[in-house]
Amino acid sequence: MNWIACFTLFRKEISRFVKVWLQTVVAPVVTALLYLLVFGHVLEGRVQTFDGVTYGAFLIPGLLMMTVIQNAFANTSSSLIQSKVMGSLVFIMLPPFSDFEFFLAYVGAAIMRGLAVGMGVFLLAVFYVDVPIDNIVIIIGFAILGSYVMGALGMIAGIWAEKFDQIAAFQSFLIVPLTFLSGVFYSIKSLPPLWYELSKWNPFFYMIDGFRYGFFGQSDQPVIQSFLAMLAAAAVLTIACLWMLRSGYKLRDA
Amino acid sequence: MNQSYDSSEPAITVADVYKNYGDLQALNGVSFSIRQGEFFGLLGPNGAGKSTLINALAGLLRINSGSLQILGSDVRSDYRQARQKLGVVPQEIVMDPFFTVRETLQFQSGYFGIKNNEEWIDELLEQLNLTDKQNTNMRRLSGGMKRRVLIAQALVHKPPVLVLDEPTAGVDVELRQSMWRFVRRLHQDGHTIVLTTHYLEEAEELCDRIAIIDHGEIIALETKEDLLARGLGSKLLVRASDRIDAIPAQLQERVVRLDGNEVELTIHRDNDSVMAILDELRAESIEIEYVSVLTDSLQDVFVQMTGSQGG
Repeated sequence: MNWIACFTLFRKEISRFVKVWLQTVVAPVVTALLYLLVFGHVLEGRVQTFDGVTYGAFLIPGLLMMTVIQNAFANTSSSLIQSKVMGSLVFIMLPPFSDFEFFLAYVGAAIMRGLAVGMGVFLLAVFYVDVPIDNIVIIIGFAILGSYVMGALGMIAGIWAEKFDQIAAFQSFLIVPLTFLSGVFYSIKSLPPLWYELSKWNPFFYMIDGFRYGFFGQSDQPVIQSFLAMLAAAAVLTIACLWMLRSGYKLRDA
Repeated sequence: MNQSYDSSEPAITVADVYKNYGDLQALNGVSFSIRQGEFFGLLGPNGAGKSTLINALAGLLRINSGSLQILGSDVRSDYRQARQKLGVVPQEIVMDPFFTVRETLQFQSGYFGIKNNEEWIDELLEQLNLTDKQNTNMRRLSGGMKRRVLIAQALVHKPPVLVLDEPTAGVDVELRQSMWRFVRRLHQDGHTIVLTTHYLEEAEELCDRIAIIDHGEIIALETKEDLLARGLGSKLLVRASDRIDAIPAQLQERVVRLDGNEVELTIHRDNDSVMAILDELRAESIEIEYVSVLTDSLQDVFVQMTGSQGG
């Protein structure tokens, strides 16, 4: 393991999003706050949540996690597709990175961006609604695990895509619908039975539900189940990423 | 070049390499080796397989069969060592638009596991006349400066073998000259240089040994002198004291140019006698004032071998 090489790539990926912080950090924070203001105001008292939890408070962890995972995905996918389209990927392909070093650096930076944006949303949201924190370890653990999973998924998308619009399609037709239908804005227990069952097949649901448990100590599914689902998703995506890197799929076999 | 390697080890070994893209055979059993310290030219027409071979050496693409080694390290099974020993200046001008020149070089050093490389980065910046641009964003550099940064990036980990893939394409004459001065210095310092270029006069001027690749196969691999000696023909330039109005019938086919009192004729290196041709001209009452034999350039040899106009 060449830690210097891995850490340099990780640092470069962080520098990349920090240099355009207005677009990569501030903009998603503002979007999340707009959701909070609009939906929090319109749906307060109209949507079933957990016992003793206001809709505004219920919404915050969902929006937070949605922002975290969408940005983690965006970090790896946009970095890779940009490098591919602009040709600068060659600077990453020529050095002697192992597949794992490459993976760790990109996913690590995705986690950092996810956490940075999540922290921004949280710090501003607490001015709007009082949010309890039941278990900080679960909150941070799920934020990291969710960013990891989405960073890895972003890497798959970034390796697979050859054009920007393919990444946009990945986001519009997969990430956004699955996030919106994962219980960000509601408890899946409020859904009709069919949609309730279908929601349990949505991997994003477990990210949101487990994360929300850390705030309220209650969730739609047992937190351990969410945790195991996340671990399984992380394992599958890690294997998929490493296989793609090892095979050189769309990176080394032009 | 700080590190020394077993001198009997070739700098680059290409052994029976095949690569195809569907039906297109890009490399068809290519084999050759390059000695340490050589200035080696790899020439060929567009689509001949030059870039495929260089990309395969750099690990940017995977070959179907055969093996490629950099100073004894296989580019696939021992890729860490192989890539550490190789610097590649890519053909396209590419850059990461987020960073300054210095940041770009610092990151590139780190990718090769080098932590504190400021001294060498300073030297590279100075050698390539980039010191005053070190804190400028890559986007703001001219094409020539970006090209120089690419060279610095290729050298930042001090590789003993440097591959330059058409580094002077689209570069102005002054920059080309200064680039070659720098590359010559690297060669004198012991680096092995592999060059592909469209400018055959560059290869003729710089390279010790030249390989010509065509349709994925090596069709010539010789020293520059031997390759030039392969030229089948030369040209005979004759200047007469008066205007030349008529050329003897038996010489008509040889005329390349007839311009006032000058005529340029093709001659075959082995089959023709210059004296006999001159006698035939004199027989036509042409009074010869000056004679010169123009030997084939690498361009001529290249055209004869590949039927193409440029490398």
